[in-house]
Amino acid sequence: MTDFEKLEQNVAAWNAKVEKANEKFPERKKQFVTGSNMPVNRLYTPLDQKDADYFEKLGLPGEFPFTRGVQPTMYRGRFWTMRQYAGFGTAEESNARYKYLLEQGQTGLSVAFDLPTQIGYDSDHPLSEGEVGKVGVAIDSLADMEILFNGIPLDKVSTSMTINAPAAVLLAMYIAVAEKQGITPDKLNGTIQNDILKEYIARGTYIFPPQPSMRLITDIFEYCSKNVPNWNTISISGYHIREAGATAVQEVAFTLADGIAYVEAAIRAGLDVDEFAPRLSFFFNAHNDLLEEVAKFRAARRVWAHIMRDRFGAKNPKSWMLRFHTQTGGSTLTAQQPDNNIIRVTLQALAAVLGGTQSLHTNSRDEALALPTEESVRIALRTQQIIAYESGVAETVDPLAGSYYVESLTDQIEKEVQQYIKRIDDLGGAVKAIEQGYIQQEIQDSAYAWQMDVEKGERIIVGLNKFQVKENPPKGLLRVDPAVGERQKQKLAQLRASRDQTAVQSALEKLRNASRGTDNLMPPILDAVRSYATLGEICGVLREEFGEYKPNVMF
Amino acid sequence: MNELVRRCLEGDVRAVARFITHLENGDRAAFAALYRLKDHAGNAQVVGITGPPGAGKSTLADKLIAEFRKMRKKVGVLAVDPSSPFSGGAILGDRLRMQGHATDPGVFIRSLASRGSLGGISSATHAAIRVLDAAGYDIVLVETVGVGQSEVDIVRVADTVVLVSVPGLGDDIQVIKAGIMEIGDIFVVNKADRDGADKVVREIRVMLETQAQLRAGNAPAGGPDTLVAREPDMLHHAGLVPRTAGTEAALPPVLKTIAETGEGVPQVAQAILTHFEEWKNSGALAQKRLDSISWQLRQFVQHEISIILEQPGPAGTTQELAKKVLARKTDIYSAGLALLHEVFKEGAAHESTQA
Amino acid sequence: MERKIRVLIAKPGLDGHDRGAKVIARALRDAGMEVIYTGLRQTPEQIVSAAIQEDVDVIGLSILSGAHNHLFPRVVELLKERGADDILVFGGGVIPEEDIPFLKSKGIAEVFGPGTPTSRTIEFIRANVRRPLV
Repeated sequence: MTDFEKLEQNVAAWNAKVEKANEKFPERKKQFVTGSNMPVNRLYTPLDQKDADYFEKLGLPGEFPFTRGVQPTMYRGRFWTMRQYAGFGTAEESNARYKYLLEQGQTGLSVAFDLPTQIGYDSDHPLSEGEVGKVGVAIDSLADMEILFNGIPLDKVSTSMTINAPAAVLLAMYIAVAEKQGITPDKLNGTIQNDILKEYIARGTYIFPPQPSMRLITDIFEYCSKNVPNWNTISISGYHIREAGATAVQEVAFTLADGIAYVEAAIRAGLDVDEFAPRLSFFFNAHNDLLEEVAKFRAARRVWAHIMRDRFGAKNPKSWMLRFHTQTGGSTLTAQQPDNNIIRVTLQALAAVLGGTQSLHTNSRDEALALPTEESVRIALRTQQIIAYESGVAETVDPLAGSYYVESLTDQIEKEVQQYIKRIDDLGGAVKAIEQGYIQQEIQDSAYAWQMDVEKGERIIVGLNKFQVKENPPKGLLRVDPAVGERQKQKLAQLRASRDQTAVQSALEKLRNASRGTDNLMPPILDAVRSYATLGEICGVLREEFGEYKPNVMF
Repeated sequence: MNELVRRCLEGDVRAVARFITHLENGDRAAFAALYRLKDHAGNAQVVGITGPPGAGKSTLADKLIAEFRKMRKKVGVLAVDPSSPFSGGAILGDRLRMQGHATDPGVFIRSLASRGSLGGISSATHAAIRVLDAAGYDIVLVETVGVGQSEVDIVRVADTVVLVSVPGLGDDIQVIKAGIMEIGDIFVVNKADRDGADKVVREIRVMLETQAQLRAGNAPAGGPDTLVAREPDMLHHAGLVPRTAGTEAALPPVLKTIAETGEGVPQVAQAILTHFEEWKNSGALAQKRLDSISWQLRQFVQHEISIILEQPGPAGTTQELAKKVLARKTDIYSAGLALLHEVFKEGAAHESTQA
Repeated sequence: MERKIRVLIAKPGLDGHDRGAKVIARALRDAGMEVIYTGLRQTPEQIVSAAIQEDVDVIGLSILSGAHNHLFPRVVELLKERGADDILVFGGGVIPEEDIPFLKSKGIAEVFGPGTPTSRTIEFIRANVRRPLV
């Protein structure tokens, strides 16, 4: 048994000695901080955890408050899903990339859509000019979706679709494709991101205002709980919030605040919390400060568990579990000396694994320059595989638990997250806080402070503001064929000429009427999708009925 | 410069924009060219939109522009935002909410930084309004910073002042701040879907009634503490519109809007146009224009004097006189008179070179 | 009275990532410039119209979606058409270096890639503003 009094005295004496030595040989900095500017002490000892109760703070893996992980065996049972986000150009090209990745050992699909698709515009819309197929695959109708998953059995893979404002439509298309493969919806596994609040906060691909957007989201919750029970209906996201400049604490706080808003909306819509909460999932970032990130994930699980059990009274333990996907931080990667990014991604992936993520995307080294080449994406996948098979960290559950530093950081992050959540509650919840620009302002301030730290040299980025070299521009970057836009427009013209126009019109009218009432919108959207109405036509009707979101920008 | 002015009068957008820049930079030639215009001003209705930050002024302006455009009126907008006292720079963010009108040739939107003028309404703002008027815009919206002095200054330049409040900003004090109630011709309670909207409407109406009672010589219903003392020329402005005290119809309209959706905005647009008509008919507009021009003349003179004071001659004299006062060789009054004489001499000399 | 450099910061196209645009807007403000931020989803027509009405000296275009080769030259083209090509235009975001010569040939004065310190952009503007600073 540790004699705490003795330890305290010894530590004090030790610190005094160190301070004395520092006078002649000072430490590297006056103040040491984490990547998010949280203060870091010289040393952590059992004293820092002296009052911690194991069962209150940590518990056992798979048990409340899930600090140590949401499953008892974690990676001893099964590795995290290696799920690389991919998609570009046409459905044919993306289909080929998906087949390549599945062959190389990837275990789940993750679909990236282009901006027109994400914003509900067809490839021939004036605003789509120059954007078609650039940041993801262009999907204008069910026809494109069929090509995207051609030869990929939807009952054998799990698919995550990064789609938000028009998520209902893309989900309907996925279900319709499965139908054609003879697969019923209850066999489908996957996720739609479907998190509109973070679009307003940080990502910018919104369409409709908050109220109708929340209605679409809760309609999806309800529809899936009955018809697509293995589907994760939302991926409440912190990734983009962090990329926009938030600190680790803000990333967790604003994400969980959004989560609270979604749960409240669903309850208001008449759903029972245990009906939909087990299918909520989250999406976090992994930046460079390895230990801070690990602490962040653990704190997030603990805070959410309490929110679900104590604030919302959920009874099903599955409702208390924060399950999440992680992507390594794109904004941390440099255009300078891009091979260095492989090392950054390795540290970040390691943080996610040590933090207990359920699935992981690792960025490719050319991230700051363009979409990844086949070779770059393979290295990114190998990074995960080496961690899984060679590093040993997956052989036991939550290996860093008990580290005096990690546990202190976890506690500190939890505390600050709770302060933010209280503040947002006081403002009336996440939706109100967004309307008032509070969350956006906090993030902007952090982003600006970060930039100034880098420019002042207080934060070092290797290859960028230290250890620079003169470089030639990198060769062999991926270029999206600019003819993609033209090809899509042709396809659209053909589609419009060959489909049953009356059926399309009728389906769109039914959708319009449904949108004016309170019925669940998934069935009419499914009908519209099956009739080969385009995404732009479906979203066009909803735009007319719901209006468009006008952001509140503060400085 | 004359070429630039000519193009402005023809409505050339680039010329108008350039000319406003010259005015902002204090270009004396630009001011002179503007003030030489005799025939081209006085048609536009100048509408001031003021209120606290977060009230939704820009969103309201955006929707009002749409309403006026439906009536085929050309609209000019000046949106003023504060300059940073530290760097002198500014982020001008009002335009963002009106960008939907960017490509409409009948709409001109210009963002102005306050550049040190306390209320944001500088002589440049005033001059810019004249330019837009001369260039043929039917309505000129002036959106201000919305705190303190600017709310008062807006009276100088606007024919119609729209005062925007919003429920739940914490206190009712925003409504009864010194001078504010006096300057509003139209009161808008925006974000009217929020809790407390009706309460704000009621409070404003009570204040307006009390004001009317006081002007009619009666004691205010709520007691003398419900009103705060204000400057005489504020009362002057309010008193310009002959209102029959006590009747509901005679009081300024108090309207509810949800600017985000456009609800209530057509009524505000109508109230704005009606106010202008009433003014024109009652002769109050002519009086107001007269007062405004008098003010501009005084501003012009003060501006010229301050420029003269900055010239090397007078500036040097100022320094010498100051030293004399410090050394107790003379007093401020005598020194001041001496400086004034020099200013007049300089001014006269300057005038002859201008003519 | 002192002349201020006026800058329009715009997000052309559908790209919704505005962290960089907002950071540069603040940095320019702190350097004493007047910055008009257009917000997201701007067409080249909207950008040029705003630039002319605001009589800016500089336009900064921020884009991370890969649509720069189409959208940037279109802005410069419209400026020329409307007689406003004395406005300095620069770009930033995720723009491959190999595209920069093409963009420059189309009239983009400079492209600031990821990692460019804001001080460099500020210096560039001060050194290259085309209208006299008097």
